[in-house]
Parts: sequence; structure tokens; C-alpha cells
Amino acid sequence: METALCLVVGCLFTVALYLLLSKHIIRMLLGVVLLGNGVNLLIFTAGRVSSIAPPLVPAGAETPLTDVANPLPQALILTAIVISFSFFAFLLVLAYRAYQDLGTDDTDQMRVAEPEDDGPPPLGY
Amino acid sequence: MAEIEATTGGTLALALPFIAAALAPILKRIFGAYAGWILALAPAAAFALLFSFLPTIASGGVVSFGYDWIPAFDVRFSFRIDGLASTFALLITGIGTLIVLYSGGYLAGHRDQGRFFSFILMFMGAMLGLVLADDLMTLFVYWELTSITSFLLIGFDHEREKARRGAIQALAITGGGGLALLAGFILIREVAGLNSMSEILAAGDALRDSQYYLPIFVLVLCGAFTKSAQMPFHVWLPNAMEAPTPVSAYLHSATMVKAGIYLLLRTQPALGDTALWTTVLPLFGAVTLVMGALLAVRATDIKITLAYTTVSSLGLLVMLIGVSTEYALIAAVLYLIAHSLFKGGLFMVAGSVDHGAHTREIGKLGGLAKHMPITFAAALLCALSMGGITPFVGFLAKEEIYHALEHGDAYHVALMAAAILGNALMFAAAFIVALKPFVGKLPETIHHPHEGSPTIWLGPLVLGVLGLLGALFYETYHQLFSVPMASAAVGAPVEIDISWVPHLNLAFALSLATIVLGIVIYLASNAIRTATSRVLSAIGWGPDHGFDQAMRGLLRFSFFVTSRLQSGRLDYYMTVTVMVIAAGLFAPMILGGALPAEPSMPTLYFYEWIVLALILVGILAVVIAKNRLTAIVSLGIQGFSIALLFILLGAPDLSFTQFMVETLSVVILALVMTRLKLSPADHRPMRETLPDAALALAGGAGLGLFLLSIVQRPFDPVLSDFFERYSYPIAHGHNIVNVIIVDFRGVDTMGELAVVMAAGLAILALIRIRAGGKTDVQPDPMETTP
Repeated sequence: METALCLVVGCLFTVALYLLLSKHIIRMLLGVVLLGNGVNLLIFTAGRVSSIAPPLVPAGAETPLTDVANPLPQALILTAIVISFSFFAFLLVLAYRAYQDLGTDDTDQMRVAEPEDDGPPPLGY
Repeated sequence: MAEIEATTGGTLALALPFIAAALAPILKRIFGAYAGWILALAPAAAFALLFSFLPTIASGGVVSFGYDWIPAFDVRFSFRIDGLASTFALLITGIGTLIVLYSGGYLAGHRDQGRFFSFILMFMGAMLGLVLADDLMTLFVYWELTSITSFLLIGFDHEREKARRGAIQALAITGGGGLALLAGFILIREVAGLNSMSEILAAGDALRDSQYYLPIFVLVLCGAFTKSAQMPFHVWLPNAMEAPTPVSAYLHSATMVKAGIYLLLRTQPALGDTALWTTVLPLFGAVTLVMGALLAVRATDIKITLAYTTVSSLGLLVMLIGVSTEYALIAAVLYLIAHSLFKGGLFMVAGSVDHGAHTREIGKLGGLAKHMPITFAAALLCALSMGGITPFVGFLAKEEIYHALEHGDAYHVALMAAAILGNALMFAAAFIVALKPFVGKLPETIHHPHEGSPTIWLGPLVLGVLGLLGALFYETYHQLFSVPMASAAVGAPVEIDISWVPHLNLAFALSLATIVLGIVIYLASNAIRTATSRVLSAIGWGPDHGFDQAMRGLLRFSFFVTSRLQSGRLDYYMTVTVMVIAAGLFAPMILGGALPAEPSMPTLYFYEWIVLALILVGILAVVIAKNRLTAIVSLGIQGFSIALLFILLGAPDLSFTQFMVETLSVVILALVMTRLKLSPADHRPMRETLPDAALALAGGAGLGLFLLSIVQRPFDPVLSDFFERYSYPIAHGHNIVNVIIVDFRGVDTMGELAVVMAAGLAILALIRIRAGGKTDVQPDPMETTP
């Protein structure tokens, strides 16, 4: 199972990186979503897939009676999912607002912060 | 040799200028015009404290004190006052007192006088620390502090470009030299294990015999030569004249520029008297001496003239230290003290002239003697000392210089010639500054010339009189100042018996020749000025111009580098980032042989295959979708498939969260996308997509392989076991994942909530900001429909 998951994680990252290399903000956003999923699966796989029983302690017992799935990566991923969603939502609104003001989602034309022709530096003191 | 400890007195003397610097702006505000008198108490008190050590030091003793600083590296905050340090420290605090008084009058009513006091007192503290420091690192810290305070003082009038340029130039040159010095000190510490000046002096020939003598010599010399303005590093000193005159008088003649000389005198017993030392130093010194003096006569601004004579005097000092004989070192010491007195005084005279007549141009000055008699007297006293006329300390110095050089071979004869020529030129320069503005007819361009307030003429007058008294009471003068200082520089006790009474010998004959030559040069100064200017304009390039070129080159280079690295194109940044990721993943795996073993074919249930296949289909569809909506739906497919996968692998909590988040993502993404009028697909030509795809594949494959090599290693379950074992007994929760989130890692979860909230607020702000922002480039028709 872990080997197969490694393959899926590799594919997720490949596609996410490919989308992030695009010049269009919208495609980059899709890449961010995929990147988040890739990272989550990576953490999950690194915690191994030993058992598929949910990590629960049965009523009346002190510890799980059978072998259960690793709870630690699950807790980490749960946090990660929520944070990556807030991140994504923020980026989405940012991209939307940028589009409203600049009329484009092409990163090549979004040069407000770093204008194309800055000219040579001032040579005085 | 007596060695006494004086922690309280010494520390107080060191701290006083800094304390005064901190209080200066407040005192200025409270006491106004009298602040100078109050602030001058600090250096005066430091002077008195240091003077109280004088009996110990004059009898060959040493005062030391210090604190541990970084014991792990044997760095101490330690100080040691011997004859060399003592005379320097007395000059610094003594002249410093006069300078603070002088600044009170010179900058009276200046908007930033409080700040000026603060800077100059800070400098005083730094300079004092420099000459008293024993530990090498302590010395270096103070050394750089003098560079920084000098920068602040030169750039005091920072609204003028020339002042800014002078400040930057001085900092670049002296600061750069300071870094070389640091390297030299570290080398001394590392290869010889010597941490302080006292250890270096006690080690005898250790440094001279070291195989690292050459680099140590070069690095220490770089520090000394930049600070003491030797050719070709001298350029910063004339440009530093942009500073207010008290600064020029104090830093750039009497004290700071002597720091390099101090360093050479200090290290002379350990580094000196080698073939390298006795060749390189006199060479640089002699060239600086003659060139500086020539440029001094050429200058038309009396302050610039004085600046170049300072360069020239520093050259003379370096030359004498380079000769390295006992007589030469005595001569250097005598000249150093004399120079501090007369040059500090002459600079203050130049300031008084500027203050009274509102010009410093030699051609526009004349006939001031009647209107500024006290200043004229002070000027003459200083100039006579500078000219080497008896009975002034300058005379003692010049006699000793000629004594030191008269016994030598052809090499010394050449140096003697340089000394005579330089001294004659300086003689002329002294009287150009001290005589020309005061005699002759008062030009009509000068209106109401007047004597300044007592603080303005007090400084130069005191220094001029001291130059006279030092020579008249030469026995006390030698006993208290020159003998202890020269003994420290030579490294063994010396005797000095030179007096103001001329003896008929070769040195006196040479002195007379110098004076005659000086008078000739004085009379012919206009012709020399024209000739020198013609030669210089024929050459058309100098180190000063070179500095500009270097600075511009540096700016252009950094602009070039920045524009390459920071192109402003996001896709370029992303490409570089992904490249680094891929390289960072593959390089250690391949070089370290950590590539994962070839895995066996996984055995999975058919439904597991289906879910995994669904994920892959989903992400593939996201890439190749021609239509934006298709891409979003495909994104949903892979998200939900991952949620399914989580359920299959025993993570129901993850699955629920993933379902919800994925649903929300798809919905708002679809909402926003339909509002943008963009071309639906990625229109990039094949030649752009292929490299991107290859790069992305490298990054993705790297991460996949990295993960594979992780899972092929044994698993350490210690943390997971802990949570499984204790989640019920400690936290009373059945769902271990939930217990981890809200209990074991509760603070972490709170941080997560904060992130979510911050994102929410930011989103709200982004949407609201519209009202105040500019209007849309393209009004969106969707915006009007609710």
C-alpha cells in the first residue's frame, strides 16, 4: 500500500508543481490545492499504513485492544487541512481582487511591486 | 616595573565621555549656550583621572584594569596604560576639553548642537578606549567605533552632498582598513596564541619569527595606513574637511588619524625592525610626506591646506617609525606630541578665521591682524612650532628627526632629503595659514571681521602656549611625556636630552636650511600652486576620482546582480524554487547512495486500486482540461477520492474534514472563476510547457522517491505508542486523534485557529478595501447582480 501511495504522492506533487509553474494565477491556485493534498498524503504515508482500524479506545478499555492506525499523522493532517484551506481561500480572494484592479491574471503583467523598467540606480551619494 | 590596578579610576575615565554623550542633548536643551562649559567637565575630569596615574607611569610603571568578556574565547575587556597610552590619552582628553569648549562657541545657535556634542564626546570615548585597550578584540571594537563616530561627524551637515560623500568615503576606507586589522588580529590570536598587546610585547620575537609574519604585517599595515591616511588611502582626509572645524581640529589632525601611528608605535617592538618593516614604511611615509606637503601648498582653502599638511605629517611619522632606530622613534614621539598641539591649534585658528571673516579662501583673506589680534597671536605660536623654530616643541622634534637620519647610509640620506623638502613645504604651509590671512590689506569683500567669543580663541591660544612651555621646560616635558612614550615605543627605557637651546651641529645646520628653503617656498607659493595644479590636471586622474569610479562600479554591479536575481517575474522565481527543490532532493540521494530499493508490486484490494486510480484520473483531468469548469470538477474528483482513501485507511476524521473542505473549495472556486473573464485554458506553446513539465516531473519524482526511501526504513512508533497508551488514562478521551488535537497538542490547535481567524479577517479586509481604493479597471457586470 505504501509503495502505491508513494506513487500517488509523486503524481500529486508533479502536477501541483507543473500548475505552480504556470503564468496564470488561477492555475497556480489549482496547484496550491493539489500541493496541500500531496503534503497531507505524504505525512500520512510517512506514518505508515499498518492497520486500517480507526484509532479509537473502546468503551471500558484503557488502550486500544487491537492494532490501530497511527493517530499522530492523522492529527497533524487534520490541522494541515484546515490551514491549507484558509490559505487557499485567502489566495483566492487575493487573486480575485488583483484581477479586479489589474484586469489580468497573467503574472507577467502584474508588475506593480517590481516594475519592469526600474532604470539604473542613482549614482550620487 | 610597578604594575598597579586601578579599576575604578580607569573605568570612570573611559566611561565619562560616553556618559556626557548620552546627556549632551538634554543638557543643551536645559543650559543652552552654557552647555559647552558643563560638558567640558567630562573630558576635564577624565584628564584629571589619567593625570593622577602620571607619577606611576613616568617612573616606568603600568596601570591596568579589565573585566572578563567572552571567557570561552579568552576575550577580555581589558586596558593597560603605559607611557604610550598615557600620553595619547592625555592628548585626547586635554585637547578634547578645549574642543568641547570651542564647539560651544563655534556652533553656537546651531539647530543640532546637542547632537554634535553627543557625537564628538562619543568619539572621544571611542578614541580613549582605543589607546588604552590591551585586549586585541577590545582594541578592534574601539577602533571601529572611531570610524563610525568619524562618519557621523563628517556627515554632520548631512543635507550637503559633499558632506555625505566625505562621510561615506571616510567610512569605506577606514572601516575597510579596520576589517583588515581584524583579520590581522585574528591571525595573531590563532597562529601565535597572543590575545593582548601586553602578551604580544612580552612574546619578543614570536611574531617576527612566525611563518605568518608577512600576512600579519600586511593586514596590520592596511589598518594603520587607511586610518592614518597614507598614500593612496589619503583621499578621505581632505574630503573629511566637510565636517565642522572642531571635528577637523580634533579627529582629523590631533587624534583619530594618529590611531594608525599609535598602532605602529605599539606593535613596533614586536613587528618592527625587520627588512620588510624598514623598507615598506619609510617608502610609503616619504612619498606621503612629500606629496602631501606639495598638495598642501597647492590648496587655496586654508582648511584643505592644513588637511594636506596633516597627511604630510602622518607620512613623516610613518617614515620615522619605519626607520625603527631608537633616535627615529624618539623623533616620532616628539613630533607626534608637537603636531597634536600645533595642528589642533591651527585648525581652530582656521575655524576662527572662517567664523570672523566668513571665508577660508587664501586669496580673499588679508589684514585680519588688527581685528583678530588674539587669534593672530595663537596662529603665530602654532605656526612657529610647526615651522620648527626654537623655543617651541616643534623645534625639539625637528632637531631629533635630523639627528635620527644623519648617521645613516645612502638610504637614510634619501629619507633625509625627503624630510627636509617636506618640512620646508610644511613650514611654508604653516605661514600661509597663520600669516597670510592676517597681514597686508583687508579685502573689501570681508565685512566687519571680528574676534570670536572667548571659547573660540581660548583653544588655539592654550595649545600654542603649551607648545612654547613644553620646549622651555623641556626637562619636565621629557620626564612626563616623551620619555615614557618613547620607552614604550622602543620597548626599552630611553633617555631624551634635546633642549630648546640650539647647538651648532649638523642637525641645526639642516634646520636652518629647512627654514631658508621654507621661506623661499612661502614667497614662491603662487608659482608652485600653479605648477602643481598644471601637473595634476595633466594627469587628470587621482585616487579620489578612482573612489567615485569604484563606488559607481559597485552600484552598477549590484544593480546588475539584483536585476538578474530579482527579475520581477513570478514564473522565474517559481522555476528557480522548483529547481532547487529537485536538486536538493536528488543530490543527497544520489551522492549519499540513499536511493530507495526497487519496491515490489503492491498487493491491494480491487477497491483500493479503484480509489487510487480515481485520484490519478482526477489530477490528470485538472491538467488537461480545456475548460475551467471541467478543471474545477476534476479537482473535486481527486479531493473526494482522497477523502475516500482516508476512510479506507482508518482515518474517518480526516475523511469528514476532507469532504467538507473539498466541497467548499470547489464551490467558492467555481463562484469566483465564473466572475473572471479569462481564457479558459493554458495557452502556452509546447516549447514552454515541456521544460516546465520536465522540471515538475523532477520535483515530483524526487519527493516520491524521498518518501519511498522513508517508508523503506524501520518505523519508530514511540510517539504513536505514547498517545495510544495515555489518551484515555490521562485525557479521558476515546478518540485518540481528537485527544491529540484538543489535549496533547492543544496550544498548537489554538495557533491553527488563530491562523484561520487571521485569514478570515484578511479576506474581509480585502473585500472591504474596495470602497476606499481606486475604481475597477474593468467594471464587472456580475458585481451589480446580487
